[in-house]
Amino acid sequence: MTIYGAISQVLEIAIALTLAPLLTGWVNQWRAWLQNKSAPPLLQPYRLLHKLFNKESLLAEHASPLFRVAPYIVFGCMTLACSIIPSLSTDLPLSLAADAIALVGLFALARVFISLAAMDVGTPFGTMGARREMLIGFLAEPALLMVFFSASMISKSTSLATIVETLAHRDLAIYPSLAFAGVAFTIVSLAENARVPVDNPATHLELTMVHEALILEYSGRHLALLEWAASLKLFAYSCAGLALFFPWGIAEAHAPLELVLALPALVGKLALGGMSLAVLETLSAKMRIFRVPEFLATAFLLAVMGLLVHILLES
Amino acid sequence: MTGVPGPAQWVLLDWVMVLLAAWLMVGVAGVFALRRFTLVAQWLFPIGGAIAVALFAVALAGVFAPPQVAVLAIGLPTLPFHLRLDSLSAFFLMVIGATAAGVSAFAAGYFRKGEGTPPGLMCLQYHIFLAAMAGVVLADDAYAFMVMWETMALSSFFLVTTNHRIAEIRRAGYLYLLVAHIGAIGILLCFGVLQANTGDYTFANMRAQHLSPFWASVAFGLAVFGFGAKAGIVPLHIWLPEAHPAAPSPVSALMSAVMLKTAVYGMLRVCFDLLPMQLWWWGVVLLALGLASALFGVVFAAVQSDMKRLLAYSSIENIGLLYAGIGLTVVFSAYSMKAMAALALTASLYHVASHALFKSLLFLSTGAVLHATAERNLGKLGGLIRYMPWVAWATLVGVLASAGLPPFSGFVSEWLLLQSFLFTPGLPDPFLNMLIPVVAALIALVGALAGYTMVKFFGVVFLGQPREPKLAQAHDAGPWERRGMLWLLLGTVALGLFPIQFIQLIDPVTQQLVAAGLGATVATNGWLLAPTAIERASYGPVIFLLGVAASYALAFGLVRRLYHGRMRRGAPWDCGYPWQTARMQDTAEGFGQPIRQIFEPFFRMRRELPTPFDAQPRYRVSVEDHFWHWLYLPIAAVVMRIARLIGLLQQGRISIYLMYSFVTLLALLLLVRR
Repeated sequence: MTIYGAISQVLEIAIALTLAPLLTGWVNQWRAWLQNKSAPPLLQPYRLLHKLFNKESLLAEHASPLFRVAPYIVFGCMTLACSIIPSLSTDLPLSLAADAIALVGLFALARVFISLAAMDVGTPFGTMGARREMLIGFLAEPALLMVFFSASMISKSTSLATIVETLAHRDLAIYPSLAFAGVAFTIVSLAENARVPVDNPATHLELTMVHEALILEYSGRHLALLEWAASLKLFAYSCAGLALFFPWGIAEAHAPLELVLALPALVGKLALGGMSLAVLETLSAKMRIFRVPEFLATAFLLAVMGLLVHILLES
Repeated sequence: MTGVPGPAQWVLLDWVMVLLAAWLMVGVAGVFALRRFTLVAQWLFPIGGAIAVALFAVALAGVFAPPQVAVLAIGLPTLPFHLRLDSLSAFFLMVIGATAAGVSAFAAGYFRKGEGTPPGLMCLQYHIFLAAMAGVVLADDAYAFMVMWETMALSSFFLVTTNHRIAEIRRAGYLYLLVAHIGAIGILLCFGVLQANTGDYTFANMRAQHLSPFWASVAFGLAVFGFGAKAGIVPLHIWLPEAHPAAPSPVSALMSAVMLKTAVYGMLRVCFDLLPMQLWWWGVVLLALGLASALFGVVFAAVQSDMKRLLAYSSIENIGLLYAGIGLTVVFSAYSMKAMAALALTASLYHVASHALFKSLLFLSTGAVLHATAERNLGKLGGLIRYMPWVAWATLVGVLASAGLPPFSGFVSEWLLLQSFLFTPGLPDPFLNMLIPVVAALIALVGALAGYTMVKFFGVVFLGQPREPKLAQAHDAGPWERRGMLWLLLGTVALGLFPIQFIQLIDPVTQQLVAAGLGATVATNGWLLAPTAIERASYGPVIFLLGVAASYALAFGLVRRLYHGRMRRGAPWDCGYPWQTARMQDTAEGFGQPIRQIFEPFFRMRRELPTPFDAQPRYRVSVEDHFWHWLYLPIAAVVMRIARLIGLLQQGRISIYLMYSFVTLLALLLLVRR
């Protein structure tokens, strides 16, 4: 581990923790504009976090320790996820400890804990949310894994740093498999981040909510941590998408000065990505919960086809 | 041989035999203390557990030792028992020892007075079962193997039918015995083919035979059938979900965690040791069977509402994954890609060990729940984390490992297996290359569904509000039960966190079977597990855990430092709806409903929906297995019809029987005269 590695690692975690709520605020702002509403301020998510941290936490009387532990674990998982996805630099010491498969496992770990916590209080909404979250998860998780596999097959590696380095250095050849994978990844990240065709982050309508039903019983600092973790998840997915499909601008191990340039590149790419997410959400309508498996199965099939296309055409 | 050598000259195999004899002696001691409950529970079972620990230690040394053989002059005069301790059998002995240690300790606190079989007899059956499983992996000739195999099947049959006064349990035991014996026929015939008409049934002779590809394939097919019946491969799985719930929990733990693995052992022994070659399409057969079982098992597990049936189906899933791993190994070694074969085999063997530990932990926790609440039905449990916190947290670890989540043990094997799929391109056969991504996708799907199932299992049993008032009286596990579970828990955690050290143990086995190993490669990268090269893939569970733990601790500390740690308890909010009852939570059926709907063709489902005019509306759904109606019931009908035809011979009148004798005599005379 070099000193640059340590610096870029710390920098990346710090950037993720601070910028993640900003990304959420940015997406919310654009969505409001596109939908002809008056937009909340860009820094609204920070104010929300500050407010929630100041409030006392109200727990259901029979909530078990698992309920109190889960927000911290979810937050820890998302922080680790952000620290292993190359967003600024590929020289990340922590990224050696977890490759793409472990990253998918990390998201699954967070999902299992938040679902268990939602079942803990034993309210109908909590268990319903947990069931739906696991329903979305069991199709989204293999699809995400297949997306990473498409990239892994091109770079002959599951290590995220190696994948990004290989993809960033490729000639501008067109990889049909990555096109399939890109569509699949978009669908998966919409589903995993509780975005519109699958879930609506702005509603508490009991028949449709998924993510909001999971965190319904949380308040105070626990809710703040979960909201922050949700922002971090969106940030992690955006960075993963950028790293796989638009890897240019990410600094590499032997060029520490690139690190300075990498930050504006990342912010620019995230700003564009956030805008297109808002456009996607505005253009589509929420679907029934039993349409969701079909939607995600499409992603899964596309990702598998991406792999097959790679084997047929590119190897 | 001149005299008996003293203990100083004993080799490892001698120690193993001494330990197995000790197990048998503990069992026999139980017969003398037939109804002295305290003696059996407080002394004999813990002693059995201590012997298991010793067996684990000896086997650990045996993994690295060169093969040792012994001939025991028991049995028929001209047919002595040949025993052999090589790396493969030592590895499985290790798994048996490690699992049995935990299960025996748990059993010491588990069995209660007045439950079916007297405790002493149970102790005898239990220890014979353990010794027979160890004997199966030690046997070095077909005769000893079949004797041990049958002893294992019979002793476990008696253990399954401990509560034999219940008709359902007798039925489950009968089904188990039936399938076990049909499978044994397959194994026996397989050995018959392997000895190639030499009449010598030792494994040493079988290794020396050069079978033609046709006969090798016949032997392979018989082995798949015979061992598949024991392992619970679809469509021979039907006994598993019946027998596991019927047996007492420590017994189901042993059956699921270890006995199913003896079938995996048999498959490995036949495929890679006794058969002279591997053909690539054998691997495809194993892959297809394994994936079918894995998907079938996990989908059925997700819709079960009996905790032990759920775990039984989950065992089918895990065995399926193991078979898929073995299938991939066969494909690789058929094309003599040794390093890749070693990777796939390491993944499978890792899963053998991790499944043995976490599944026995889960079965034991269902035992603890069963004793505390007298309920097996998920729909009548709930909220137990408040009354049985110890069992609940131990189960959580087992659940996370079973769901294949990092940094627990199930993830390591899944990770290794996916790695071996990813590096597959490069097989000389383009069709196989196309097949592999599909297979990897299915494995990923199965892993994710296992997560669904495990959230259901843990959430419905331990979380939420108790669905029955009596659950408030549930008590936590006793001291011996805790010891047993703690041992398995520590094993599961260690397997998850220290894969590099454990792969060193698997290395001699893969060296023996496919002539390559990962030991040297993984030892070069410190705490990072990198099966090929570090820039291709690496995984560091300890760093992973520290990463999550560090951000956990920082968040915890900083929130309290910058803000506060105040907390208040009140009624749950639930969108402001005050009249909630525990009945409004998802039941097991409710939680499984999406899976029932999505995978509808998998099930034979009958639904009874209430009409709007019902005074007492009832919703009833029953989910059955297609294979009963497609395969087993038709076969049973044919057998019955034949039996009825034969029954026509029996008229119950002496004159007719005399006529049969007369006709037979005439026929024989004619035959002799010719």
